[in-house]
Amino acid sequence: MADETTTNRAPEGGSAAPTPGPGGSGGPGGGQGGERRPGGRPGGGPGGRGKFFRRKKVCKFCTEKIDAIPYRDVRLLQQFVAERGKIVPRRLTGVCTTHQRRLTRAIKQARNIALLPFATHH
Amino acid sequence: MSRLYEAMFIVRPDVVEEEVDKLIAGFTASVTNGGGVVKNVEKMGRRKLAYIVRKFNDGNYVLMTIEAGGAVVAELERRLRVSEPVIKFITVRIDEEEKRLAKIKAIRATRKKLSAEPAASAAPAPVPAPPAAAAPPATAAPVEAVQASA
Repeated sequence: MADETTTNRAPEGGSAAPTPGPGGSGGPGGGQGGERRPGGRPGGGPGGRGKFFRRKKVCKFCTEKIDAIPYRDVRLLQQFVAERGKIVPRRLTGVCTTHQRRLTRAIKQARNIALLPFATHH
Repeated sequence: MSRLYEAMFIVRPDVVEEEVDKLIAGFTASVTNGGGVVKNVEKMGRRKLAYIVRKFNDGNYVLMTIEAGGAVVAELERRLRVSEPVIKFITVRIDEEEKRLAKIKAIRATRKKLSAEPAASAAPAPVPAPPAAAAPPATAAPVEAVQASA
């Protein structure tokens, strides 16, 4: 586990520009991030971003052994939602894939029942 | 053929408490008429909505847990859609989720028992005797390995 390579699902907008966030998460198996790192795996060091080594983030749900992520638990979900209401990518929160998927599902359910906003703009 | 569903709906804030109760009674009646069982009804009270729904800023949340077949829930949804005081609803099927959770708990319980043999009684397993306690060891073993390596 502890698989925090650059995600393959987050549509980071195939920008050739440096991938947002501290790119060099230095995870092993950059297989899925391959498309965005044509220059080979960063191998633990700053890839193309030049930031310092990113500490290994662990999945909060895995460590606390939270199995179910109910859509009713707004406080929990809000930790993974940005200010404008967008879902925070897995890269930044360190959540593992399975839990990110469940989390996303729960957030979308919560949005549908008006527990979370779809978008907030000031 | 008993699926577990969870239905949450929002009632307009400008209806009185007894109207809400009447509504809930109506829905539970429709469920029981269709042969389902209403496990739990929880009124979560008035909450501020995250966005404006039908010009309202807050609403009365109600949560119902139902054990019934699919047709019953479809009928309930139809009623929710049609009923005027209800402004939003969502039904989620939760029996698969419960099964998964029960399985995980069962595995954890067996694992704790194995590892805490001398202090078995002191193991703080908050798990009621799971029905799947006799989970086939074949599935328990690889899952254990996966969990252990996690």
